Amino acid sequence: MIDTIKRISGVNPRKCMKCGKCTASCPAFERMQFHPHQFVDMVENGRIHELMNSEGIDFCLSCFACVERCPRNVEPAKVIEAVRLAVVRQQGGAHLTPDEIPALLDDELPQQAITAAFRKYRK
Amino acid sequence: MPVNEEFKPTIVAFCCNWCSYAGADLSGTNRLQYPANVKIIRIPCSCRLNPMFVLRAFQRGADGVILCGCHPGDCHYTTGNYYARRRMTLLFSMLDFLGIERERTRVEWVSAAEGAKFAATMNDFSATIHKLGPNRRLEDLRCRKD
Amino acid sequence: MQRVGVFVCWCGSNIAATVDVEKVAEVLAKEPGVVFSTNYQYMCSQAGQEMIQESIAKYNLTGVVICSCSPRMHENTFRKTCEKAGLNPYMVEIANIREQCSWIHKDKETATEKAVILGRAAIAKVHLNAPLTSGTSPVKKRALVIGGGIAGIQTALDIADAGFDVDIVEKEPTIGGKMTQIDKTFPTLDCAACILTPKMVDAAQNEKIHIYSYSEVSSVKGFVGNFKVTIKKKARYVDETKCTGCGLCTEKCPQKKVPNAFNLGLDNRRAIYIPFAQAVPKVATIDADYCTMLKSGKCGVCSKVCTAGAIDYTQKDAFIEQEYGAIVVATGFNPIKLDQYDEFAYSQSPDVVTSLEFERLMNAAGPTGGTLLRPSDGQHPHTIVFVQCVGSRCDDSKGKPYCSKICCMYTAKHAMLCREKYPDTDVYVFYIDVRTPGKNFDEFYRRAVEEYGVHYVKGMVGKVVPENGKLKVQASDLIGNQQLHIDADMVVLAAAIEPDKSARPLATMLTASMDTNDFFTEAHPKLRPVESPTAGIFLSGACQGPKDIPETVAQASAAAAKVIGLLNKDHLVCNPCTAQPDELMCNGCSSCEKVCPYGAITYVDKEFRGPNRTTLLRRVAQVNPAVCQGCGACTVACPSGAMDLKGFSNKQIMAEVDAICR
Repeated sequence: MIDTIKRISGVNPRKCMKCGKCTASCPAFERMQFHPHQFVDMVENGRIHELMNSEGIDFCLSCFACVERCPRNVEPAKVIEAVRLAVVRQQGGAHLTPDEIPALLDDELPQQAITAAFRKYRK
Repeated sequence: MPVNEEFKPTIVAFCCNWCSYAGADLSGTNRLQYPANVKIIRIPCSCRLNPMFVLRAFQRGADGVILCGCHPGDCHYTTGNYYARRRMTLLFSMLDFLGIERERTRVEWVSAAEGAKFAATMNDFSATIHKLGPNRRLEDLRCRKD
Repeated sequence: MQRVGVFVCWCGSNIAATVDVEKVAEVLAKEPGVVFSTNYQYMCSQAGQEMIQESIAKYNLTGVVICSCSPRMHENTFRKTCEKAGLNPYMVEIANIREQCSWIHKDKETATEKAVILGRAAIAKVHLNAPLTSGTSPVKKRALVIGGGIAGIQTALDIADAGFDVDIVEKEPTIGGKMTQIDKTFPTLDCAACILTPKMVDAAQNEKIHIYSYSEVSSVKGFVGNFKVTIKKKARYVDETKCTGCGLCTEKCPQKKVPNAFNLGLDNRRAIYIPFAQAVPKVATIDADYCTMLKSGKCGVCSKVCTAGAIDYTQKDAFIEQEYGAIVVATGFNPIKLDQYDEFAYSQSPDVVTSLEFERLMNAAGPTGGTLLRPSDGQHPHTIVFVQCVGSRCDDSKGKPYCSKICCMYTAKHAMLCREKYPDTDVYVFYIDVRTPGKNFDEFYRRAVEEYGVHYVKGMVGKVVPENGKLKVQASDLIGNQQLHIDADMVVLAAAIEPDKSARPLATMLTASMDTNDFFTEAHPKLRPVESPTAGIFLSGACQGPKDIPETVAQASAAAAKVIGLLNKDHLVCNPCTAQPDELMCNGCSSCEKVCPYGAITYVDKEFRGPNRTTLLRRVAQVNPAVCQGCGACTVACPSGAMDLKGFSNKQIMAEVDAICR
């Protein structure tokens, strides 16, 4: 599973020096159960199922602030994206139908996230 | 050459004066054994190794040639081993072209403190050459002993 | 054909136990050219050496092969022995039959066989040996120190102390370097100026030291012991010999809007200036970029007020040529530019400063007279945020991959001083790791936390946004697993340090090697840390890697010791095993010049006799034997096979190969 995440994201979590600049830059900090630096650390330590089941992984806006500012080129946003993909690729997981969307909408939810979620969970 | 006679490979080891030759001395000081068919030639730096010497060794009937130098970054002359590495890489592709088995030539980095590594490398290399059997392809028949 | 003598050593039982020494001597006696062969218990003993000497005379030997221990052990011993007997020391070859034969094999038969082969190889080589003589080159007893910071000053003082002349070349109008800009030094908190300025005065007053301030090295020729250096003395438009340093001109100059480089642009100075009160030499300099007289020819106030008549608007750059035996590089460091780190709003707000700027804001001689005030509005800051590792330990194109080493300590110092002087301020330090290896360093950092109540937060600042006169800092607290939002009054960035920009072109002039970060590389990272691989070039201070002041001073003195050792010699004995080109074969392609790590190879146009009494001018390689270290890189690079290495020639090595494969 670790290898899958590494392969999808192309990220080597061992390059992380645990400075926390990603988490310091994250605009979606409050909404996420785990924060960018934790994603990198937990992938390295194999705690991927915890990440997949955690709250708020879809609140990552993919704004890439963490990628832009990481001093070690670790690219945490790509790890988060890879974890989301891992969720999508699960067999027999819950998928979305267009009818379910209106109930899930929330005024603060960015348009980008709705589109992205629909694109991924539609299958 | 009779088939059942035991094959005693001839191996030429080029060692740089500052690291690998001292490493070879250290394996001697520590009484670490390696096969007697390994003969060491001292050169000032691994970059002194002209690829021609390797070809000459094969021509004269050597079965394996190994070059030992300082670890990258530790060269006594700063950059010599980098030159050696590049030249040997080119030589490898030429030997490939000639049909000499890739395993017959080797580059290893052995520091002056790595007596054990030197012995282990020589044991391993000798075993590899033993498996490959005698070098026939580049040997000049006029240079044959028998 | 040489007349070779073979001497097989028993080394007590070390060799004789596994090698049949008598048989070895017997077999080798039949080799071509061998006129004498014997064995003895201890060749290196007095009796053994005498036997070699007697045999050389008796059998008229021209080459000697000694089958014994490693050449690393006794090659020199036997070379000296033979030299005393009238034989060239480079006509001796050692066959290593102890470390590389008797000690690694148990079976006597195979060991003997191998010893014979090793002996044959040595004989084959000695046949091709040629007598070599070590050349000598004289040593010019004068040293050049490039850079007049604390490293350069210390090196110069130590060399001068040993009685040698030293010149310091400093590109700024005064010596002193970065240390003059620092307020206090860690971990003792003593004032930097108080310990530095006496040293600057010592250097200026020392008869053996000559300071070229406002000067640069423009070219370097020659080699160890014999460098020829051209120093460019930039025009300062003030006659150094006349200026008394009274400073009247710097008060009267009407051009007031020149950013003061000494205070890192935090305030302004005049177009004619003395960088600071304790400058050495205390001589005014005109900044040609701002002086109205030099630009438009209308002003001349300074010349009118100068009672000494020192102002000279017509001054030109002067070039001085000087010869040196050794050169010390002490070019030092600079903080990196922070343009690329815009998340910290360095270019957007004057209240975001680098640590060096913060030093000036804390310094009694700084723009605020020692009271810590915000550059934007002159108010006392109440919340200060320090950010560490800005540009250090970065794996991206923006920063530097290394740790800048000094930031943890000076940040602790700044934080502590803030809390001490202004106990009402809240001080936050964001760190990734706190690195405090050094005497009393960790204690110092702990004191900042425990006694002074500095808030150390494990985490990093993500962004700084200037808003309504405040700096909104968004940061992470990894241990508390929270995101912090701090309204700060000032943000201080611990910028990474990098080698001075002048170092790279200087390294090219000196043919001294550098790493990818433009730090000078040392000859050996552990055992020769203050020498460059290029002979005669020494390294002092932060030009070799990030260093704090005590380490810099230690390295400066170490470099001085090496220089003194060199200058003490009247002549340098060169290694005779150097590269030598065959001029008739050389085609002038420059391949060898490019691979030489020492810059020992140059090309000259030389006349050769052509057919029909013509002369041809051909470009051929020449090796300077005083500089060549004998690595042999050029011999392999030479496409025409013109370059060969004395003592390890192509033919010699080939003969060894043939003997082993026979």
